[in-house]
Amino acid sequence: MFYNRHPMTNESNTTRREPLIDAKLVQRLAVSDSGFVFDPVSGHSFSVNETGLRILRLLKEGQDLPSAVKALCDEFLGSAADIERDVLEFAGLLRKQFPA
Amino acid sequence: MTDNTTADKPVWIKPTLRAHRSGLLNKFGAVPSRQWQDEFEDVPVADLIHQFGSPLFVISEQRLRKNVRHLTRAFSARYPRVQYSWSYKTNYLNAVCAIAHQEGAWAEVVSAFEYEKARNLGVPGEKILFNGPHKPRAILERAIKEGAHIHVDHLDELQLIDEIARATAQNVEITLRLNFDTGVTEPWSRFGFNVESGQALDAAWRVAHSPNLKLTGLHSHIGTFVMDTRAYRAQVKTMCQFMERAEKDTGCQIDCIDVGGGFASRNALQGVYLPPEQVVPSIDQYAEAICDTLLEATHGREREGRPRPLLLLETGRAVVDDAEILLTSVVGNKRLPDGRRATIVDAGVNLLFTAFWYHHNVKPTRELSGVAEETVLYGPLCMNIDVMRASILLPPLDVGDVLMFSPVGAYNNTQWLQFIEYRPNVVLVHDDRQVSIVRAAEDLQAVTAQERLPDHLRDVSPR
Amino acid sequence: MVTVAISGMNARPDNPGPGVAVARCLREAADLDARIIGFGYDALDPGLYLTDYCDAGYLLPYPSAGDQALAERLEEIHKSDPFDVFIPCLDAELPNVLRIEQQLKKLGVRTWLPSEDQLKLRSKERLNELAAHAEIACPRTRGITQPDFFQRCDDEGWKYPLVVKGVFYDAYVAHSPADAAVAFNHIARTWGYPVLVQEHIKGEEYNLTGVGDGEGGLLGAVMMKKTGLTDKGKAWAGVAVSDQALLDAAQKLIKATRWRGPLEVEVIKSPSGTYHLVEINPRFPAWIYLSAGVGVNLPHALVNLALSRPLPAFGEPRAGTMFIRYALETIVDLGQFESIIVNGVRE
Ligand SMILES: Cc1ncc(COP(=O)(O)O)c(C=O)c1O
Repeated sequence: MFYNRHPMTNESNTTRREPLIDAKLVQRLAVSDSGFVFDPVSGHSFSVNETGLRILRLLKEGQDLPSAVKALCDEFLGSAADIERDVLEFAGLLRKQFPA
Repeated sequence: MTDNTTADKPVWIKPTLRAHRSGLLNKFGAVPSRQWQDEFEDVPVADLIHQFGSPLFVISEQRLRKNVRHLTRAFSARYPRVQYSWSYKTNYLNAVCAIAHQEGAWAEVVSAFEYEKARNLGVPGEKILFNGPHKPRAILERAIKEGAHIHVDHLDELQLIDEIARATAQNVEITLRLNFDTGVTEPWSRFGFNVESGQALDAAWRVAHSPNLKLTGLHSHIGTFVMDTRAYRAQVKTMCQFMERAEKDTGCQIDCIDVGGGFASRNALQGVYLPPEQVVPSIDQYAEAICDTLLEATHGREREGRPRPLLLLETGRAVVDDAEILLTSVVGNKRLPDGRRATIVDAGVNLLFTAFWYHHNVKPTRELSGVAEETVLYGPLCMNIDVMRASILLPPLDVGDVLMFSPVGAYNNTQWLQFIEYRPNVVLVHDDRQVSIVRAAEDLQAVTAQERLPDHLRDVSPR
Repeated sequence: MVTVAISGMNARPDNPGPGVAVARCLREAADLDARIIGFGYDALDPGLYLTDYCDAGYLLPYPSAGDQALAERLEEIHKSDPFDVFIPCLDAELPNVLRIEQQLKKLGVRTWLPSEDQLKLRSKERLNELAAHAEIACPRTRGITQPDFFQRCDDEGWKYPLVVKGVFYDAYVAHSPADAAVAFNHIARTWGYPVLVQEHIKGEEYNLTGVGDGEGGLLGAVMMKKTGLTDKGKAWAGVAVSDQALLDAAQKLIKATRWRGPLEVEVIKSPSGTYHLVEINPRFPAWIYLSAGVGVNLPHALVNLALSRPLPAFGEPRAGTMFIRYALETIVDLGQFESIIVNGVRE
């Protein structure tokens, strides 16, 4: 399956093991159904749209990239390649919310 | 692949994340335009791209004609003697110039190249206004012989014209280009003779002292994209005062007052807060400012039996800008490190030079879904400056989606660069909706036609 | 009961917009039973959360989005929360509001505003003409688009210090070309071009606010001398004054323009006693609460004019009445902030 390729190295059959983002960081977020997200540690808040909200919830469950993409592909109508690219991009945006 | 066949599944849309930053906390703040347009002058965009490729410039013959007519009518309705001249530098594609000339426009040119182009199109010398600081001797000799209106920029040029006139025993009528402060616009003082310092009057005297020269016209061009009509009132007033003074002092008789160009088009200048509909005056407002002042300043002349001067106009931008669009296709999307979305299109600042100072109107050519996000539109060049729009709210775009940039008719088909990429087709939508190429896309042959390769460089294998 | 919508809810401590003060005047107006809706442009505009003054709060599109975006948003709000009168309080939004006045009228929303032509007459770039027409002195003003003006302005008789201003807001006194260029760049970034340069007049600043009746008359002028300034030059304290010469000057301006709507006139009285017109703002000033304080409730008068009701009774403005502005925190529940962020509405 395509998402067994490492998205950066394109090496086949190597599955990215580490989660997209530290689940502990995501866990602490207060996420409301409207897509309003508040981080009680940093005091930052941000808004996500419905698909962003869905990804956030999957990440909160600690899902890794392949399983998150798989879940989204089951749930939505869209190409797996597009969904994978968008999830990676979204995780990147999310990581920016947690400066080291 | 995952099973995608189940019905009723929601369609995947791009996830978005918007950080809340003070000063930008307004979901309604910048309203993404939901407009889209899939045709231009009733010709489907998809057909245009299919037939002529992407990117593509598309000109509307009908709009251009309408614009010229509107301008000439606005002025002729307010002042008895008006002549419009097409400012070549704004867009000198033959088709564009020919349309303007068919609508009665003279030619306003500023170089040997532009002069030759106008003559080549069949414009007679006496219908050419020859401006600009660089008129080499050969072209001046031709223009004088053909009776063109010579607009003098500096004393050395005046000297040269005098010399030619003497050598060829001709009487040459000339126009002086003036510069002065309107109090409203920044003075373009590098062109022509300065009024306030007395330089212009000195030049008038210099003409009067020459047996071969006659001063019959005054010209000035106060700037471009002038949004304040008061500048034109001040311009006409100053020019008329100078006319009276020069006539009284040096005995000349002025027959033409040329107010140049400079009217703003309905384009969003970068750094202007309000949208163009609210800040750009209408052609009628410009006409009112110029004609009212001119009528007032010259009403005494009629009584004294001296004719009112001919009003010459050299409007470029305001006539052609909205008669042309640029179609360009998405080649890729990416996410910038700061979180903004970036979309790369196949037309860059090489083609749309005016992207440096306008926020062009950018419309999708199909209805887009998904959340609009701040997006940077980059051109295809490998240069950091190749930015088509630094910030625009757009829903996600797919590769191959076509965007329409407008208005682009002024200063792009002349200032564009052959840089990195070939320049694409320019097509004209005729009055009858036929479409034809008016400038063919470049290819390797066209771009390298002028190159010459010395013999010893023909073999590129390492020596 | 009448519902009045008021914009300019950006009552920031250092540089407040007038909206909250206007709302406060209406709250305190005797025999006016008003429900008040606040319009803001940012989720941190304090007025949106001040339940004492605003019964509801909404976000509007930025003025740069154009008039139709504003019309659509106002229609949407009006559908669920109808309002009878709209009082725009920010300079930058006024051109848009004037362009949609007819659309608002169709909804049944009344305004009391100048015409587009009147608005242009008082624009900062044209102040010299208007002042000449009304025979009031006025510092020389011109619009520029290039900062190199400051290097050569000496030749045209401009002397430092001079004032660098934005077409809508902001003004800095510049003492050198370098100062001026910094101010120019700052203003151009925020408010665009042209940037205005104005001769600096030495003297004391006085402000007058009132409402033009549209027929050349000035209703209920309130005059004020700033007695304490923030470092942005905004008043944090002021005192009501009564100056016939200032009143005469304002009346001439109103007569010359046949001004309709609220306005603020800023003048500088030079040591020789001449009044120089510095600015005319087409809206109530942030210190408008002083008008209620001196018994001349101008926002109330404006609402009545808009609704063709008889004017409220005005007292004689009591010179010597002071105001002192202070900062106060309001407690905002995260849910309210979320609601403004997500829906643009305070729930
Ligand atoms: C002498 C002269 N005339 C006319 C024009 C046309 O100006 P616009 O396109 O602003 O109307 C120009 C432009 O620079 C010019 O230099």
